[in-house]
Amino acid sequence: MASAAEELVVEIGSLAACDPSSIVSLEELGKLEDTLLGKRSRLSEIKQALGSLPPEERKSVGKALNEARMSLSDILAARRCVLEDEEVRRVLSSERMDLTEVLGTPQVGHLNLVSQTRDQLEDVFAGMGFSVAEGPEAETDWFNFEALNIPPDHPARSMWDTLFLDVPGTLMRTHTSPVQIHLMVEQGPPIYAVMPGRTYRRETPDARHLATFHQIEGLVVDRSITFADLAGTIEEFTTAFFGSDIHSRLRPSYFPFTEPSAEFEITCAICGGAGCRTCSHTGWIELGGCGMVDPAVFDAVGIDPEEWSGFAFGFGLDRCAQMRHSIADMRVLISNDIRFLRQF
Amino acid sequence: MKVPLSWLKDYLPIDLDPAEIRTLLDDLGLVVEGMEVFGDRLDGVVVAQVEEIAAIEGADKIRRVVVDAGPIGAVQVVCGAWNFAVGDRVPLATVGAVLPGNFAIAARKMKGVTSYGMLCSGRELGLSEDAAGIMAVDPAAPLGAPLADFLGLAPDVVYDIAVEGNRPDALCITGIARDLAARTGVPLSLPGMSAPLLGGPHVEEGAARATAAPASGAASATVSVECPDLCDRFGAWVIEGITVGPSPQWMQQRLTRAGMRPINNVVDVSNYVMLELGQPNHPYDLARLPGGGLVVRVASPGEKLETLDGAVRTLGLDLQGNPGPADCVICDASGGVVGIAGIMGGASSEIDGTTTAVLLEVAHFAPMAIARTSKRLGLRTEASVRFERGCDPAGIERAADRFAALLSEIAPPGSTPRVTARVGSALGSPPPPGILRLRTDRVNALLGTTLATAEVARHLESIGFAGSPVAEGSSGGVLEVRVPTFRPDCEREIDLIEEVARLHGYSSIPRAKLAITRAGGLSQYQRERRRLRDAVAHALGACEAWTPSFLGPGDNEKAGFTGRQVAVTNPVAREESVLRRSMLPGMLRALAHNTGHRNPSIRLFEIGHVFRANDDDPDLVPDEWEKMAVLFAQEDGEGRDEGVEAAVTAWRTVVEVLRLDHLVLRVPSAGGAIPGLHPMRAARIEAAGKVVGVLGEVDPAVAAAFGCPGRRIGWIEVFLGWESSAGRSTDEGTGILGSVPRRPLAARIPSVLPSADFDLSFVVDDSWSAGSVCETLQSAAGELASRVELFDVFRAEVEAGTRSLAFRIRLEPTDATLTDAEIGAVRKRCIDAVMKEHGAVLRG
Repeated sequence: MASAAEELVVEIGSLAACDPSSIVSLEELGKLEDTLLGKRSRLSEIKQALGSLPPEERKSVGKALNEARMSLSDILAARRCVLEDEEVRRVLSSERMDLTEVLGTPQVGHLNLVSQTRDQLEDVFAGMGFSVAEGPEAETDWFNFEALNIPPDHPARSMWDTLFLDVPGTLMRTHTSPVQIHLMVEQGPPIYAVMPGRTYRRETPDARHLATFHQIEGLVVDRSITFADLAGTIEEFTTAFFGSDIHSRLRPSYFPFTEPSAEFEITCAICGGAGCRTCSHTGWIELGGCGMVDPAVFDAVGIDPEEWSGFAFGFGLDRCAQMRHSIADMRVLISNDIRFLRQF
Repeated sequence: MKVPLSWLKDYLPIDLDPAEIRTLLDDLGLVVEGMEVFGDRLDGVVVAQVEEIAAIEGADKIRRVVVDAGPIGAVQVVCGAWNFAVGDRVPLATVGAVLPGNFAIAARKMKGVTSYGMLCSGRELGLSEDAAGIMAVDPAAPLGAPLADFLGLAPDVVYDIAVEGNRPDALCITGIARDLAARTGVPLSLPGMSAPLLGGPHVEEGAARATAAPASGAASATVSVECPDLCDRFGAWVIEGITVGPSPQWMQQRLTRAGMRPINNVVDVSNYVMLELGQPNHPYDLARLPGGGLVVRVASPGEKLETLDGAVRTLGLDLQGNPGPADCVICDASGGVVGIAGIMGGASSEIDGTTTAVLLEVAHFAPMAIARTSKRLGLRTEASVRFERGCDPAGIERAADRFAALLSEIAPPGSTPRVTARVGSALGSPPPPGILRLRTDRVNALLGTTLATAEVARHLESIGFAGSPVAEGSSGGVLEVRVPTFRPDCEREIDLIEEVARLHGYSSIPRAKLAITRAGGLSQYQRERRRLRDAVAHALGACEAWTPSFLGPGDNEKAGFTGRQVAVTNPVAREESVLRRSMLPGMLRALAHNTGHRNPSIRLFEIGHVFRANDDDPDLVPDEWEKMAVLFAQEDGEGRDEGVEAAVTAWRTVVEVLRLDHLVLRVPSAGGAIPGLHPMRAARIEAAGKVVGVLGEVDPAVAAAFGCPGRRIGWIEVFLGWESSAGRSTDEGTGILGSVPRRPLAARIPSVLPSADFDLSFVVDDSWSAGSVCETLQSAAGELASRVELFDVFRAEVEAGTRSLAFRIRLEPTDATLTDAEIGAVRKRCIDAVMKEHGAVLRG
């Protein structure tokens, strides 16, 4: 016949055999825990009664008790995990939210298209080693014309319809070229700079021209600068800014402040150079003017043309933006219409 | 300049595709801006004879016409022109023909009558400008023959060439041909230069063609030049025996295609010679020249002339009406003005049907003088354009020769025009050709090429320069170059280098990579300006505007800026005639524009320049600042404007983003109003005691004046500084981005010791700004204070004209934990300072 201790061990074993999978709530599970392991549980009773057992039996019952408690704890904890997980899921599933119905429009401003174009061009030239120079928009006749080899009454003045100011000898600059003169007079060679800025002409704006517009101009003055350097620089800038499939070519032209002078054209981006209406079937689009700094300009600013040589180039920022974004009517650029500004 | 290819081929027998020629011209710097094809659209247009004309019932503008088109047979057409009769020969466009302008001819029924073709005017065929009626065809024309064959019309191409200002030689057909000859190697043959008809009484061989009639007007013709500085060569030729009539079809067509209107044989020859050789010339009706001669002089102030275009021109006065400018005029022998030299002739001596003798003027004028007069009169003509760029001073005799030869060649039967006198008293002799030195080394140094001296010489010789080598040292070759007289633009070595580059071909010059050995990139000012701009756009949500630099009269004043404004003397429009002193008017108008498009709720900013008459001397170039303006016109859900609070918060954001902590807001004392802003809601932004900007609410009256009535608009306008500050020290210091007084901040390591906060509330009179109290607290709290923040303002429960201001001060020790005694001491210092400085009362 089994001893009392042996009976206890068997009972403990049966108590430890528990399957809580039918328990579906944490509350029930708590009750079960209390029933099985709480102060008033059978296992606790047995533990309390442990002292009344003979010492040799106490050990085997105690061991069975510990094993049973550990086993039960594991089983219940595992179930608790499952139930807690289910509870979390239940809460989350009750928190469904349509993220596209959230109210509120962000208050974000946009930089002007011309500013963005200017930044990009400045960055391209900065990457090539150019610095960026600026100057005033109200200028003297000397800086805007005379120092650039355009004396008063020179027929070439008709190339620039000029707005004159009521201060004699002053005007609104017709191009960014006076900044070249400032650089050469105030800083002197060597010079590697681009000069972006706002310029003015006496014109009535139309779809293709604005009376106030923006140019960027470049000037390089150093020893042994050649026309080949000019051609190479134009090509480098063209591929860097417009893309590696856009190239440049130079064509003879005339500007009073450069000689030899050239117009530079870039591959027509519309047809990729194959020829289309936009480029008059030539495959090329005219972008700007350039040339070797005329010795008369060097004379005007006190730089010895036998020691130094240089080149200059310039083109329209607004025109670049127009080409990139297919702007049919340039006047939208000065409309300040929020519907336009927010596009870019 | 319009250049018909067929005309070019007179001097240069090239056989290239017109598109290839275009490429060559482009590459030579004779940029082709347009290319028009003529004469190949007249297929199906034949000669026909009118056989029958009948009315159409119910139609009074059109008639039924039957024509005989030879092999094609009789053709019925409906025609609206009335200038022909039975038996006339006319051009018939048959069904299927396509006329210039892509006008296809089809059978059409009009008023019940079917028209199987169309009788054409010269304009409809692209042959002339005449659209008045059906073109008359020579009665000898065979019926049914293609019209183009009978007229000898070959397909032609007309190039529209943009001739640059430094190419006076290319303003004529022969000049263009010369460049093309150089590039193609095809030899150039210019019009015959012998002078069989020239020389008047001295007529030599060839006089056989000028047998009849002794000189009548010739004997008395005289010429004198009173202003040799404006006119260095002046020749006159008397040509008699003229019968004025239309010039032949081929000449009219050439002139038309070159963009000139055929007038009569004399005028047409004059224009033809100008287009061919580039030498303007002027024939006067000798009978209408009192005294029979010419005088070249400076116009007296206010002198008037009716020019050929019918306008009355006033000479010798500047644009303000003051006497002065030297206008060169041509007068008859009695002193009456008959022409503006080199620009346009007068109406009184115009050639017409009665002319039988002309005085032909061929001269050379000072280019600058012609440019000045032409510009001031606003009168640009084919002649003035050529003279102001520089004509060939040695080309006068040749042009006169050509004129006489052509006039004789096209003279109507029975007419024998001949030169009966050559008045050479003011002709002098042409200047000797210029001689320039050209260093081969210099050519290569500037172009980046490796040309040999002989190559350089060959390029120049191909367009009429003559270069001979000069022995000079060992440093490469030197050429002594004789400049042809038709290249007055070539005055320096560099001008020759340009010609060498052009003829060598720009595309043949190699491309080199520039080796820049210095650091480029943006300056500090430019980098910070970008950061500022990005902060305003992205943190404040403002879009970047670009408003006009010009305002209308009174706009600056309406915006609160009086006096010292700069005006444009020649504005296009009154609304853009004054330089802006502030961006406020432009930005308010931009807001009004957007409000008009149902976008009233916006923020805008602009970085741009504003202007003011020079402080030191109003006769100097205007003062100019680069400023940034931000406009706040956001509406809340109830249509209320965000107003000035938004501007203040935004300003704090900008200060924080760019760490512009040296800037302080100062509320002006009573009476210290800020232009354009609400007198009670505005502050100045100061840096080191200088006012660098303003912030506040736009004065509602100003807002209303620029199209934004009833709006409460926040406004910031600050002086940014200058990229180059040379000579630009102003009363606004160096701007908010200027380098002074900002220096890089020394880093402060966050303290590991506990910090302590205490709050203080004061009742402060309204005359003291919260900002000034805050500054007092900051200086009283000293180094220990890491933050002084205004956290509450209320006006309830305190005396009117005062308010309660609550501040929180945070103390952050760096070397030892704060004791209560230390905190107490700082607190007391703060209280004492505010009570003393501002007469404030500490609350509870």
